Amino acid sequence: MGKENIRTLFILTICLGIFPFFIRGDYYLSIMIFIGINAITVMGLSLLMGYAGQISLGHAAFLGIGAYCSGVLPVKFGFSIFTAFLCGLFLSAIMAMAIAIPTLKLKGHYLAVATLGFGEIIYIIFNELLEITGGPSGLSGIPSIHFFGYSFKGGVRYFYLVWAIAILLLIFSLNVIHSRIGRALRAVHGSEIAAEAMGVNVSQFKIQVFVLSALYASVAGSLYAHFITFISPPTFGLFVSILLLMMVVIGGGVSIWGALLGAGILTILPEYLRAFKDFDILIYGIILMAILLFMPEGILKGLTVIVKWIKKK
Amino acid sequence: MDKEKIVTPPILETSRLRKTFGGLMVIVDLSFTVMSGQIKAIIGPNGAGKTTLFNIITGILPPTKGTIQFKGKEINGEKPHCIAQKGISRTFQTVELFGNMTVLENVMLGRHIRTKMGLIQSGLRLPGVRSEERFISETAKEKLDLVGLMQKANEPASGLPLGEQKLLEVARALATDPQLILLDEPAAGLNETEILRMAEIIRKIRDRGITVLLVEHHMDLIMGISDEIVVLNYGLKIAEGTPEEVKKDQKVIDAYLGVEIEYA
Amino acid sequence: MTLFSQILQFLFTGLTIGSIYSMVGLGFNIIYNATTVLNLAQGEFVMFGGLIMVFLTAVLKLPLFIGFPLTVIAVTAIGALFERFAIHPLRNASLLTLIIVTIAASILFRGIAMFIWGKDPYSLPPFTPGAPVMIGGAVIMLQTFWVLGTTLAIVVLMTLFFGKTIVGKAMSACSFNPMAASLMGIHVRKMILTSFALSAGLGAVAGIVITPISLMDYDRGPMLAVKGFCAAVLGGLGVGYGAVLGGFIIGILESLTAGLVHSGFKDAVALVILLFILCFKPSGIFGSEEVSKVKKF
Repeated sequence: MGKENIRTLFILTICLGIFPFFIRGDYYLSIMIFIGINAITVMGLSLLMGYAGQISLGHAAFLGIGAYCSGVLPVKFGFSIFTAFLCGLFLSAIMAMAIAIPTLKLKGHYLAVATLGFGEIIYIIFNELLEITGGPSGLSGIPSIHFFGYSFKGGVRYFYLVWAIAILLLIFSLNVIHSRIGRALRAVHGSEIAAEAMGVNVSQFKIQVFVLSALYASVAGSLYAHFITFISPPTFGLFVSILLLMMVVIGGGVSIWGALLGAGILTILPEYLRAFKDFDILIYGIILMAILLFMPEGILKGLTVIVKWIKKK
Repeated sequence: MDKEKIVTPPILETSRLRKTFGGLMVIVDLSFTVMSGQIKAIIGPNGAGKTTLFNIITGILPPTKGTIQFKGKEINGEKPHCIAQKGISRTFQTVELFGNMTVLENVMLGRHIRTKMGLIQSGLRLPGVRSEERFISETAKEKLDLVGLMQKANEPASGLPLGEQKLLEVARALATDPQLILLDEPAAGLNETEILRMAEIIRKIRDRGITVLLVEHHMDLIMGISDEIVVLNYGLKIAEGTPEEVKKDQKVIDAYLGVEIEYA
Repeated sequence: MTLFSQILQFLFTGLTIGSIYSMVGLGFNIIYNATTVLNLAQGEFVMFGGLIMVFLTAVLKLPLFIGFPLTVIAVTAIGALFERFAIHPLRNASLLTLIIVTIAASILFRGIAMFIWGKDPYSLPPFTPGAPVMIGGAVIMLQTFWVLGTTLAIVVLMTLFFGKTIVGKAMSACSFNPMAASLMGIHVRKMILTSFALSAGLGAVAGIVITPISLMDYDRGPMLAVKGFCAAVLGGLGVGYGAVLGGFIIGILESLTAGLVHSGFKDAVALVILLFILCFKPSGIFGSEEVSKVKKF
C-alpha cells in the first residue's frame, strides 16, 4: 500500500481513537459522525471520479436507497437490521448496473447525465410512495443498531462504529488503488484507448467502479438512517448529490485523502454558514468557485503548494 | 528423400479489406499476409490509410468489408481488449502513455491481461495478490531492461523525452506477451541514435519469436530491418515483396513522386 | 369540461411550459456546440431574466418595452462575465472540471439571487391585460400567446442567425472544427464568448415571458436546466431545432401526466424520457450516430 499511506492511516486511526476523550458535548461528536458517514460515500465517489473519470450527479440516490431500505424494511415489514442493510446493498447494486451498463458503453459523459436523471427520479419516488416511505413528512422510528445485545445508540459508540467501518473501507480502497485493478483504473483515466489496446475491458471496469461507488453510498445511507432514526426525501436530493460531488472535487479529484479532506470541509462548512441565514448559499457558492478557479487541483494539492512555499521562505 | 515442406499458415491475413468513412474509401480491397516470425513493414505516402489499417486490425474500428484472420481465426469486429487477449499488441503513432503513472507502472499495466486477481481479492489483499504483484513487477522490469529504461523505472512517464516515451510504449506492448506486435511509426520524431536503438530493439523482439508489423516513413529503417514490405497508396496495395523487389518496382517509384528510392 | 377540451387545455399548458424548456435547451445546444461543455447554470439565466425584469418594472417602474431589452442586456452581460471569469481561465482543464464549474456557478448565482430577492416568488403583470380566451372549451391565458409567439420568433431569429449571418456561420464552423475555424481566421475565443452571451440572452427572454404565468423565484434554475437539458438530448444534443421539438414534447407529456395521471410524477417525465433516450437512441431524434461519435460528449 505504500509507507506514506500506512503512516497516514495509522495517525488517522490514533487521532480518531482518542478524539472522543478531548471534546465536550454531543454536538462535535455528531459532526464527526456525519463527516465519517460522508467520508464513506466520498471514498466511493473518489474511485469513480479520480480513477474511472466519471462524474455522478445523482449519488445521493444511493445514499437514499441504503437509508430507506434500512428504515422502511425494519419499521414497516419487520426485517432485521442486518437483512435490511443487505437489501439496501443489493438494490443499490442492481440500480447502479441498470444505469451503468447501457450508458458506459457510450463514449463520453452520458453516465453523468443518466445519474442526474436517475437521482431525480429516485427522489420523486421517495416523495410519492407515501404508504411505504412516508413521503415528504419522512419516516421515523428507525431502530438503532444492536448486535449481541450491545446497542449503538449513544454518540460515542456510534462514533466508533462509523469510523471503524470508514477506516476498514479506507484500507480496502487503498488496497484496490495499489493493485492490478487500481493500475487498470488509473490507466483508464490516463488513456482509455491505450488501456483498451493493452487488454483492459474499459467498459466493464467503469461499470464495476460505478457499482462499487453505489455500494459505498448505500453503506453510508444505512449508517445515517440508524443514527438519526428519522429520514426524509430532501436529504437525498440533487443538492446533496452536488454537495458530495463538490467534496471530491475540492479535495482534489484524484486522491482519496483529498476526498476525505473535502468531506471534512464541506460537512463543517454548512454548519458555520447556518449563522448567516440569508448569505449561506452565496458564501458557499463563492467559496466553491474560488477553490475551483484558484486551486483547480483541489485543496489538498493547494495546501501542499502553500506549505512548500512557506518552507521556501 | 525429399524433406516434406511444412506449410505454416500466416499469423495474420487480411482478405479484401475495405474501409469507408462517409463517401471516402480509405482502404480498398486490401489483401496481404504476415508470416510468423517476420518483420513486415507497411509504407506509403501520408493518407494512404496505414494507421486506419492498424486501428482496424486492433479492433478500434470495424472494417466496412473484408476479413482479418489471426492465427487462422477471424478477428474483425472484435473489441480491442479481446484482440489484445488473443495476442496482438501495439504502439501508437502519437504516444499514448499513462501520464499519471510511473514508467514501471506503465509496463506493469501491460501484464494486466496475463494476470487475474480481481477487485475483492485486491481490496482484501489476499495472499495471492502479493505474489502476483511481485511477478508482475519482475516481468515488467525485464521488459524495461530490454529497451534500456531500467534506470528510469520510478520516474513519472510524462517526464520522459519523446525517444524514451516511444521505447516505453514498446516495453509496455511487450509486457502483454504478444505473438504479433504492431508498431505505428516507431521512428517518428526520433534522432539518428534513437532510431538505431529502436532498430536494435525491433530485431531483439523478432529474435524472441514475436512477429513485427510496422508502419514507417523512415526508409533507412525500413530497408534495414524488414523481411518484406507492403506498399500502400490511397488505400490500395501497389506492391508487396522483399525490400529489393519493392525498391525497383516502378509503381512504387511513381507513387513516391517519381524519385527512385535512394538511401545512403 | 369535456375530455376533449381538457386535453386541449393540457396541450396548451404543455406547449407553454414546453416553450421554456425549448429555449433552455437551445441555450444548452449553443454552448455545447461551441465548447462541448454542458452549461448546468443555464436555468439561472432564466431565473435572472424573470427576477431582473421584476426589479426593473416593479421597483424602478420602467415600462415593459424598456424593461424587456434592458433585462436581456443585463443577463447577456452576466453570461459574458461568467464566460470571461469562470470558463475562459479553465479552458485547458478537463471537460469534467468545466461542467463542475458550471454547477458551482449555478450555486453562486442562486446565492446572489437569494441574497437580493429572498426566497419568495415574484410575479409580473401579463403583457396584455385581459380575460382569458376560450378555444374549444379550453381556457387559454393571453400570456400563453406571448410565450408561444416569442418562442416562434426566437426560433426564426436563430435559424436566420446561424444560417445566414457571418457570425452565426462562424459559430457553427467552430463547433465542428475549432482548429480549422481558427485557421480560417475565425476568432474562436470570441465565438465562445458569444455563445455564452447568446445563451444567456435566450434564457432571459424565456424567464421574462414565463413569469407572468408561473412566477419566478431564486430556486427555479436547476429544475429548468435539467428539463431543458432533457429537451436538448431528446432532440439531439447540438441540433438546434431538435431542442425546440424536444422541449414541446416534454412539456406536453408533462402536462398530460400531471392532468391525467398524478401531478406528483410530472417532474419525473422529463427524466424518464432522458433515460429512455440514452438507452435506445443516445444521439436523439435528429442527432446522427456519426456526429455524436465525432463530438467529444
